[in-house]
Amino acid sequence: MSQSVESERPDRGGMTPIVQNTARIVASFAAVFGVYIAMTGHISPGGGFAGGVILAATGVLIVLAFGSRYTARIVSEPLCHAADAAGAMGFLVIALLGFVAGGFFVNFIARISPGEVGHLFSGGIIPWANLAILIKVGAALAGVFLALAAFRRVGIREEL
Amino acid sequence: MGIEYLILILIGFMLVSALIAVEARDLLSCVICVGAAGFALSVIDLLLGAPDLAITQVVVEIVALVLLIRMIVRRDDTSVQTPRDTLRTGLVLLAGGVMLAAAFFAMGHVVKGSMPPFGQPLLAAPAGAAVGPGVAADYLQRSAGETGAGNVVMAILLDYRGYDTLGEATVIFASIVGAYAILRSVARGRRKEEMPT
Repeated sequence: MSQSVESERPDRGGMTPIVQNTARIVASFAAVFGVYIAMTGHISPGGGFAGGVILAATGVLIVLAFGSRYTARIVSEPLCHAADAAGAMGFLVIALLGFVAGGFFVNFIARISPGEVGHLFSGGIIPWANLAILIKVGAALAGVFLALAAFRRVGIREEL
Repeated sequence: MGIEYLILILIGFMLVSALIAVEARDLLSCVICVGAAGFALSVIDLLLGAPDLAITQVVVEIVALVLLIRMIVRRDDTSVQTPRDTLRTGLVLLAGGVMLAAAFFAMGHVVKGSMPPFGQPLLAAPAGAAVGPGVAADYLQRSAGETGAGNVVMAILLDYRGYDTLGEATVIFASIVGAYAILRSVARGRRKEEMPT
């Protein structure tokens, strides 16, 4: 019964126009909020991990609302893998750059120019590390969800 | 004093929802009860003054809930057929937990100062206490001047304890790579099977 309903839709996996329009309005705000949570992590509560999960949740929202075929045109699984690895490498590079000031994970930017507490450009390496973690976690979770969606699509095709 | 009773009520709510999640016959109810337990935990985090943790808890809980509900809604039959013996197991576990809690508090009463009072963790102990001085006061005094970050939690996570965060990131990376490997090998195998036909 559910298969007959799904075959009537042009794009399998997508939802009704109500959901799609709501997702269209909400998705950009949610993504911006995720980046905001990550990039102000050194001033207010939040951080790279929470922001990355919010960003990945936005991807999940788009996949669920529009279907995985629509999403494949915007972001692909290999792109997520690349961003995941790039974020991890970026975090490691930030840690290694600490050798400029004398050691692993030394806050070299804060040694050179500490910045004012409470401003966006303060905290030395902390906002940059948050950015790397944001990219890493967001891309990783979004990639896993895309892989799950592709996995289910193959499975359903086999059942048919 | 009031906050402790509020937390006790929330813990009771979490216990009840966890029990329902184990006992419910419908998979969707199980997943929703697991989500309720997680949200109660995030409220406890917020009450204890840990907004960073509360944000992460809420966000992860929402994503996990959406994924689980998505997986379950796709299935036609969501009821569980396997017979279970959860009541007896739960009773044994409950008895063990009560015994452990009693032993814990008894030890705190016998050895004075070995157990810090509620809401005062070991790291925040003042100098000269029986358990030794903690590092929390040091962090609060020096983090703003040394790192320039207003949020002390982030200053600890990404500056003083950067190694730990690197390890955490490595754990996430390894688990994600493992998930990719499992999902892609299954999908590839099926595609190869489809090829000849």
